[in-house]
Amino acid sequence: MDYTQITEPQTREMLATIGVERIDDLFKDIPTSQRQAGLLDIPRGISEPELLTELDRLARNNTPCDDANTVCFLGAGVYDHFIPTVVDALANQSEFVTAYTPYQAEASQGSLQAFYEFQTMICQLTGMDVANASLYEQATAVAEGVLMAAAVTKRNRVLICDTLHPDAIHVLRTLTYEQPIEPVKIPHAGGAIDMDALKSELNDATAAVILQSPNFLGTIERVAEIATLAHDVGALVVQSVDPISCGVLKNHGDLDVDIAVGEGQPLGIPMSYGGPFLGLFACREQYMRKMPGRIVGITRDLDGKRGFCLTLQTREQHIKRQRATSNVCTNQGLLALRAAIHMAAMGKEGIRTVARQCLDKAHYLSEKIDALDGYNLKFDTPFFREFVVQTTHPVDRVLEHCHSRGILAGVAMKTWFDDLDDCFMVAVTEKRTRKQLDDLVEALGSV
Amino acid sequence: MSVMPAEERTIVTPAEADHPLLFEQGAPGATAVSLPESDVPEIDAASAIGAEYLAEDAPELPGFPEIGEMDLVRHYTRLSHRLFSVDENFYPLGSCTMKYNPRVNERAAAMPEFANLHPYQPIEDVQGILETLFHLRTYLEEISGLSEVTLQPSAGAQGEMTGLMMINAYHRSRGENRPKVLTPDSAHGTNPATCTMCGRQACTVKSRSDGRVDLDDLRAQVDDQTAALMITNPNTVGVFDEQISDIAAIVHGCGAQLYLDGANMNALLGIARPADFGVDVMHFNTHKTFSTPHGCGGPGAGPVGVAEHLRPHLPVPQVVRCDDGSYAWCEDRSKSIGKVRSFYGQIGVLLRAFVYIRALGSDGLRNASEKAVLSANYLAARLKDRYHFPFPPPYAHEFVMVPRFGSARVTELDVAKRLIDYGIHPPTMSWPIQHCLMIEPTETESLATLDHFAEAMIAIADEVEQDPETVRTAPHNMPVRRMDEVAASRKPNIRWPR
Repeated sequence: MDYTQITEPQTREMLATIGVERIDDLFKDIPTSQRQAGLLDIPRGISEPELLTELDRLARNNTPCDDANTVCFLGAGVYDHFIPTVVDALANQSEFVTAYTPYQAEASQGSLQAFYEFQTMICQLTGMDVANASLYEQATAVAEGVLMAAAVTKRNRVLICDTLHPDAIHVLRTLTYEQPIEPVKIPHAGGAIDMDALKSELNDATAAVILQSPNFLGTIERVAEIATLAHDVGALVVQSVDPISCGVLKNHGDLDVDIAVGEGQPLGIPMSYGGPFLGLFACREQYMRKMPGRIVGITRDLDGKRGFCLTLQTREQHIKRQRATSNVCTNQGLLALRAAIHMAAMGKEGIRTVARQCLDKAHYLSEKIDALDGYNLKFDTPFFREFVVQTTHPVDRVLEHCHSRGILAGVAMKTWFDDLDDCFMVAVTEKRTRKQLDDLVEALGSV
Repeated sequence: MSVMPAEERTIVTPAEADHPLLFEQGAPGATAVSLPESDVPEIDAASAIGAEYLAEDAPELPGFPEIGEMDLVRHYTRLSHRLFSVDENFYPLGSCTMKYNPRVNERAAAMPEFANLHPYQPIEDVQGILETLFHLRTYLEEISGLSEVTLQPSAGAQGEMTGLMMINAYHRSRGENRPKVLTPDSAHGTNPATCTMCGRQACTVKSRSDGRVDLDDLRAQVDDQTAALMITNPNTVGVFDEQISDIAAIVHGCGAQLYLDGANMNALLGIARPADFGVDVMHFNTHKTFSTPHGCGGPGAGPVGVAEHLRPHLPVPQVVRCDDGSYAWCEDRSKSIGKVRSFYGQIGVLLRAFVYIRALGSDGLRNASEKAVLSANYLAARLKDRYHFPFPPPYAHEFVMVPRFGSARVTELDVAKRLIDYGIHPPTMSWPIQHCLMIEPTETESLATLDHFAEAMIAIADEVEQDPETVRTAPHNMPVRRMDEVAASRKPNIRWPR
């Protein structure tokens, strides 16, 4: 099965038009010594029924989070939220799926308008002035945020809070390795940023404080206070945000954040084993022209009619080449569109309801777990939908016990933090029912 | 098939032409979802987490949409009609490989057993996806001839960066710091941008008048300060540079590395393996070569393959098959450049690429490349009398040609825009040489579609001579005409309302 449509007689007709005898003649510029002799050593093609059988076999070797067999309390950056049917249906419309980047505005008004609306909704949610049409995922967005903060302040020292997602810290280190960025790690104390350490490291060479709130450990950080400290020395605040938390918490504009980045996966994107996801990027208006990634604007056509086009393209690599501010070329178009549809479907009330239920259910569960023998909440900091549990049992045994009962109870923290080797982290979305919460408590109690 | 621009081909009706924004629709209190009532007690949020963190009462979210499901469906359905797409239109977009995106790929990605996996599930829960990724890895290793492939990079540009970082790490491991990277003047814009992101200085190598690398200029520039040459082959003017082995020898002679931008791999599947012509590192674009959808600009994926000596520097984690036949993630790589993105990669995209390669197999991949090259050369033959071809055939899977403007006040942009009226997406234009159109038909188009395109191009060539005004003011049948991009950039309005 190869999806070509040109038949043998047509091939002969086309070769005659070209004026060569065989298809091979078209490859004469490739020296014979470099030609592939025979077929590649991969299996030959198969028919669709055979392919579907193969896919079914592979699928059966996965155990998905489907509630019936596996109830998901895993979080750590990826969350099992409800995705309305209408979101799948609209985002999978083949016109959206198979369109190219909207460079040709006249033939791309549909996607351009959808991206403009996406940018607007991200601003409305975060309280920031402007947003781009997305980056790859949270980690790349954080890295781009750091580079932008360094460019804006013309400073290189960045304070990186270790409660940022560990992958974001790791990727940030990789992607800025060749840049004149001087990272300084700020430790956590009791689940939140160590404010004394932060204060002692902040100085007038500091470009930015990079933090996440709610942070990787679930804690809602004291962002407004940190912003004041940072601004006092002329540094920016780059916050990685959780878009769902904006349905209940103060937004980032109110908290005086300069650059809001984050992971858009909770906005209607399936967990898909970690990708593709959606990097969010928003900032204050004065930094707009240094913002990375694609941006859509409203303008007028020759007849004065309202329309949309890609704008501020002079920042981009196809114009500026080596002087470009970033090498990012694609956005996550289809996922930005999906998130836009999801936000529009949810609307004000849906976003607030989801956020409120995450908050209520997480607190209901945390109290029950805290009351169990052998378990307690590790930190006494405020949290939104995720919290760290300390246990006197071996963590692996706890997680395996729950897994055998069809419950993914949480992620083991020793993966990332040596000092939390007796802890696991539990995430609760609005999808979890009281029965599922009670079942988890029962499972934990029976270890 | 008619070659005249038909009114019926208009993609929207006039009534839909001024389609309102989401924010101009709906009514307070409207919503498109129904969520269950909470079945746990409502907590006192202010005392549980502190009033200072909460939006007063509930967040206002001023301006945020409030719209019912019916109108939401109409909104996005209408937007989908104001859009060219591969499923509706021919996209001869050079360098972008706009081939058919098989439905079965989408079916696989939507299967709950793949879509509903959490990245931190225990390894025994995810053996199916790991096996899929492992096979994809080995397929790409065989297609490139390179020793090992990482699937992690998010897109071509991130693949370039990953490749260049590994090259930097390799030189450093040998006690060298090489600040220069060479790119031909016809390179993709991301190449030099990537060099800057990797702290390297991009230096341009000249091309000869026949589109091949100027070996004399290459010899003059490459030295022991050169980290790599980034090259595209077949190159961006659509010809295979048969000097590639000489280029590799010159580059390697100075200890530099040969990086292949895999944008044009659709001409080489099963025909030639980059490792066999001396490539050390290359990236693939799954959204070009392996039929994963472009999705209005993403998500893509940019797997990177490397030769043996660069393997220690690959990103972590890597998908591996264990001795007992199970699959796992391996973090153990002492000289790794680290992680380049969150979790493991654009898994849903990689799954589609696996399905595609599995369906085509070794015979289908080769046939795809042969038909892609056949189609490009056929179009070139049909158009050779009406357009100027700066480079002689044969071509690979794409070619560049320049419209003959004569005395008409018409540009290549006008010609490209006029194609929209014929229901065809404009080709790539004005790059990599002045005034050119870069045309890539791909292997999945029928002969009828190729002929329709050729006839449309010939009709436009006639129009340039006889009715240039119609060409100059195209397109005529779209919901909007050409945009004032200067105004958009001068006073940006990038969110609603302003």
